[in-house]
Amino acid sequence: MSKSANTRKSPKPKYFTIFFGFVMLFPFFWMISSSLKNGVEAFATPPTLFPKHPTLENYRHVFQALDWPRLFLNSISVTVVCVALQLFTSALAGYAFARLNFRFKNIIFMIYLATMMIPMQVIIVPLFIEMRQLNLIDSLVGLGLPSIVTAFGVFLMRQAMFAIPRELEEAAVLDGASHIRMFFSIALPLCTPTLAALAILSFMSVWNAYLWPLIVIFSPEKMTLPLALSNLHGENLTDWPMVMAGTTIAVIPIALIYLILQKQIAQSFLTAGLKG
Amino acid sequence: MTSKRNGRTAALFIAPSFIPLLAFFVLPMIAAAVLSFTSWDLLSPPHWIGFANFKQLIHDKEFLHSLINTLVFIAGYLPIVYFLGLSAALALNRKFKGSGAMRAMYFLPVITSWVIVALLWKWILNPSGGLVNSALHVIGIQGPGWWTSKSWSMVSVIIPSAWKDLGYVMLLLLAGLQAIPPEYQEAAAIDGASKRQVLFKITLPLLTPATFFVVVISLINNFQVFDQIWVMTAGGPEGSTNVVVGEIVRNSFDYGHMGYASALSMVLFLIIMIVTGVQIRLQKRWVNYE
Repeated sequence: MSKSANTRKSPKPKYFTIFFGFVMLFPFFWMISSSLKNGVEAFATPPTLFPKHPTLENYRHVFQALDWPRLFLNSISVTVVCVALQLFTSALAGYAFARLNFRFKNIIFMIYLATMMIPMQVIIVPLFIEMRQLNLIDSLVGLGLPSIVTAFGVFLMRQAMFAIPRELEEAAVLDGASHIRMFFSIALPLCTPTLAALAILSFMSVWNAYLWPLIVIFSPEKMTLPLALSNLHGENLTDWPMVMAGTTIAVIPIALIYLILQKQIAQSFLTAGLKG
Repeated sequence: MTSKRNGRTAALFIAPSFIPLLAFFVLPMIAAAVLSFTSWDLLSPPHWIGFANFKQLIHDKEFLHSLINTLVFIAGYLPIVYFLGLSAALALNRKFKGSGAMRAMYFLPVITSWVIVALLWKWILNPSGGLVNSALHVIGIQGPGWWTSKSWSMVSVIIPSAWKDLGYVMLLLLAGLQAIPPEYQEAAAIDGASKRQVLFKITLPLLTPATFFVVVISLINNFQVFDQIWVMTAGGPEGSTNVVVGEIVRNSFDYGHMGYASALSMVLFLIIMIVTGVQIRLQKRWVNYE
């Protein structure tokens, strides 16, 4: 732990810091507050901080407007499958690049590195055409397929696999262990912190995805949460208290996960940041 | 160990990621490059038109407008998110009771999806009955039309973007601040440097690696900005918030100009490559690794 110069001088937080922290949180408070107001109060001037006559009417409406169990099921199933596959494929390739010698190793790794620089936005058109050829448009399989691998994940796992001590590997080889056994019984357990960081990052990117679902999914029953939420607000008249009820429902599980995994989540974002 | 055996094992380990990688990244990338030289409406087969798409896009007012809008967005977003992120990082770069909770407060928007952030702020900035305009009304000010107004729409999408990313910028700069050896600041303080001098002569110069990283990552991410803008304004009103990715989506999925949209994608890719290239070249010169 490094201590900065002012660590010892001012143990008390500045009031401004606290004030600004609450300013950052205020939009969330306003979202919840609005979701509990009736249509008249929500649009009232001057605005009321807390609902005078709290009502669950907006939640009732939003439950009628969207098929929530289906949306959560879609989002959860796509996310779980994609994250699991990303972890598995990344760990396997990471092991090979860190621990095995084979022909064209450097060239193949260069291809992984190069794809790290290709943003989804650039290949969205051919990707759509490809899914159309495969007859996977408007399906959860088509939605998830481009997210089952991540070159960044391979890069991350390779770094982690490099750190495994040689002695462990040599001991395993003497015991006659195959690479597949070494992968499962030595490499994977030793890399759990990196796997956890990668899992968090993958979860965020798949769970929150908007552009690709927007393009590949049309049917309401195939939609994920972000896509369905974005369709809640109409062209002209938007029932904002109802929309706020919808976003509140969508935020709560994520906020709970965040409260539990706060440290790991911040750490994984740093890991992603320091890849370069 | 024979190389052949290793080779087979390696193939087993590599294939599960390499085949999808080829199918869903490499092949589409090559296809985008090839398609950018064709005209294709998805109905009849694509036909080769050479550089026609690229000649067209140089004079395409809507595309140039979307490029300018993207630059304006970044020019507004980056200083705000950096200045506020830096302020937060400096304020939270010390342990006090509840500093962890404070960091969490700044970070919660980062993990929220762009769609939710966009809807939330669209409501807050709603011209009639939205929080901001209602509050302004109380003190006797007639609020602007925000996302419904041509002149305020860009501001309306920049504010939520900065709010969401601030915590991430703070996190990166906090890591940078903690990498600075405290001896430097202490030595300067002993020599009689004021807090202000320590900040501007010691802390900020030593923070350049983190700053540089924040700027590069923001440029790369925000040349691709789309989600929050599409939800809040769909590029409007009158194209005032139409950005490059929005123009790609419109051309391909609204107009069916697959070849032309691919050409626009290649321009976007080129821009991102240039930013990355500049990063690699300038890293050594600009950055102060002690």
